[in-house]
Amino acid sequence: MINVKRLVLDVLKPHHPNALEFAHAIAATGPDCRVQVTVLEVDEKTETLRVEVTGSALDFGRVHEAIGQCGGSLHSIDEVEVCSDGGA
Amino acid sequence: MHWLHRARLWLDITRSQGIARRYFVVNGFDGALTMLGLIMGFAISGASDLSVVLNACLGAAIALGVSGVSSAYVSEAAERRKALAELEAAMGKELGDSAHGHAARWVPLLIALVNGAAPLFISLFILLPLWLARAGVALPWLPLHTALGCAVVAVFLLGVFLGRVSGQHWLRSGLQTLFIALLTMGLVLLLE
Repeated sequence: MINVKRLVLDVLKPHHPNALEFAHAIAATGPDCRVQVTVLEVDEKTETLRVEVTGSALDFGRVHEAIGQCGGSLHSIDEVEVCSDGGA
Repeated sequence: MHWLHRARLWLDITRSQGIARRYFVVNGFDGALTMLGLIMGFAISGASDLSVVLNACLGAAIALGVSGVSSAYVSEAAERRKALAELEAAMGKELGDSAHGHAARWVPLLIALVNGAAPLFISLFILLPLWLARAGVALPWLPLHTALGCAVVAVFLLGVFLGRVSGQHWLRSGLQTLFIALLTMGLVLLLE
């Protein structure tokens, strides 16, 4: 079993919900999900974010869905950390 | 997600709380002053048949409610569709399944309900003494005078609410709207 431990995502989203509400929505996708959002660029109607999600077994599908529910668009997966069962 | 939480999220992302609040006060004020004017008109005409007064006032209250719902829905739906289309253009994707899409569909309805319910319920509150009198409940004053008192109280409370929203002292704001109610009553009295 391969578990996703860490994801770094490039996301474009509308101004609302704000970064805090956006992080809350992603954190709600897993029991020990830790989310760090960095706003990289702000345009008239949108903002570009670097979203770092860490947890023991992240569900990428749910994270992607949460981003979509907030009106966000996943542009790229910039970093991934996975490990198999028994791994560090 | 609980429906109340969803409604709050939709109002938040469309920044519509202020619009709903404004509609509540504006149309609620319309309802209260319309009832005040109607009841004053009946009072100075010496109307004694409560059924006629009630039916006329109820008709006006229902019309205000329907007008509030329909006008707000039509205008808000157009505004939300426009805002969603602009956001979709900026995002480069459709947002129909996102919270923004849901908000564009539901927020106009929520705002329309607030806009229609405010004058309807405030009018029903003002008409309460007339109902009670018709049902045989003894009132401390004449039914039309009691209803006028309810209208004045409703207008004052709307002012207090406005004061709380704007950060103005509640009494000052309440007295301002009370003055408008008294002015309306004075103008109707000129008909006599």
